[in-house]
Amino acid sequence: MGYSWNWGVFLQPSATGDDTYLGWMFYGFKMTIGLSLSAWLMALFLGSIIGVLRTVPNKVLSGLAMAYVELFRNIPLLVQLFLWYFVLPELLPASLGNAYKQSNPVVQQFLAAMICLGLFTSARVAEQVRSGISSLPPGQKNASLAIGFTLAQTYRYVMLPMAFRLVVPPLTSEFLNIFKNSAVCSTIGLLELAAEGRQLVDYTAQPYESFIAVTLAYLLINVVVMFSMRWLEAHVRVPGYIGGK
Amino acid sequence: MYEFDWSSIPGALPFLVQGMYISLEITAIAIVVGIVWGTLLAMMRLSSVTALSWFAAGYVNLFRAVPLVMVLLWFFLMIPHMLESIFGFPRGSDMRLGSAIAGFALFEAAYYSEIIRAGIQSVSKGQMAAANALGMTYGQSMRLVVLPQAFRNMVPLLLTQGIILFQDTSLVYVSALADFFGAAYKVGDRDGRLVEMLLFAGAVYFVLCFTVSQLVRYYQKKLKTA
Repeated sequence: MGYSWNWGVFLQPSATGDDTYLGWMFYGFKMTIGLSLSAWLMALFLGSIIGVLRTVPNKVLSGLAMAYVELFRNIPLLVQLFLWYFVLPELLPASLGNAYKQSNPVVQQFLAAMICLGLFTSARVAEQVRSGISSLPPGQKNASLAIGFTLAQTYRYVMLPMAFRLVVPPLTSEFLNIFKNSAVCSTIGLLELAAEGRQLVDYTAQPYESFIAVTLAYLLINVVVMFSMRWLEAHVRVPGYIGGK
Repeated sequence: MYEFDWSSIPGALPFLVQGMYISLEITAIAIVVGIVWGTLLAMMRLSSVTALSWFAAGYVNLFRAVPLVMVLLWFFLMIPHMLESIFGFPRGSDMRLGSAIAGFALFEAAYYSEIIRAGIQSVSKGQMAAANALGMTYGQSMRLVVLPQAFRNMVPLLLTQGIILFQDTSLVYVSALADFFGAAYKVGDRDGRLVEMLLFAGAVYFVLCFTVSQLVRYYQKKLKTA
């Protein structure tokens, strides 16, 4: 193909002079990790609440929770991201919108990306939590109501402790997805891994080295997440259940 | 407060429809190629030939570990280079649509093959044994006995994956290809009406995906009672 490989390019000083190209990649790597983890916390928190609401015996609450899930599941992630980043600041009251637009651009990009990924993933987490709760034998709920627990206590002490242990394996794939989906945020200019990869192509004219390095970084994240979740799964497994000890 | 002005939508409709055509074209080809290649991958994965099952496992795991955006960037980089050096295509010709279709098809095949593998494994072993006992070859029993039953159970999952794929086609934005989303963005950017165009694009995607997902749900219920 007549392509000249040059892996040394990563150690050359970058165009801005204050860092190497490897340093740029490391910055993107940290951004991807920081963004994904903070969005994941948000998704886990909101998703648990929405997932529980989907199962409560109240038509209004479960209907609202269902509408939430359908809304976030049926609009492409990229469109949602652009709505948070370009549209929301325009629709906020002028003072708030202007304050946002005058803040540090990196903060703006990070906030929009985090909210977008967090809400998008929360709808998926909610579905897993819901299916975890509804996979419990109905006798557990009936028994705890019969011995005088309120509905809230039943959730708190009987159903959720079981459900959360059951949903760890399906949540693993959502956790992996959030790292992969974070690459979409390169489209609003956030300098995470994929964006740094593209920038490296532009600055170094060594596209294959840049893309291989970024791809390997994603593989590394994938492997680390998979092993740590496998460890967690082994620790929370419910004895006696399918896949349990 | 923001003042909405939806007037740029009617004039832009032909351009948007053209964009939607590109989105649907990528989706349709990627689904067909993805299912065919995915079926082959699933059969390799389940095959007793170690080399084949390792190849399929490696392929599937690699594509599932890398973000779609990265896969698309790879294809936008590689396909033109390859076509130039192998088939002597003129340098700089526009191969973004072809690259996008190839990228989506090969990427989705990894996801389809996992669905199909589960589907094949859900058909009871006795079916394969009975087909063998009747004197069918491996190919015949797969094609005439196992796969038809497997696919019948998989249709809802395959369609749901198709909806996800349709949503993901918006990511060709990274190559500035004017699919439906790209077209909406371009019009909004040109007219200074990004807010309206993005909201409109979101609404169109929602209506389409929600309708199809409800149809899939209805079909799934019918399949269960049948």
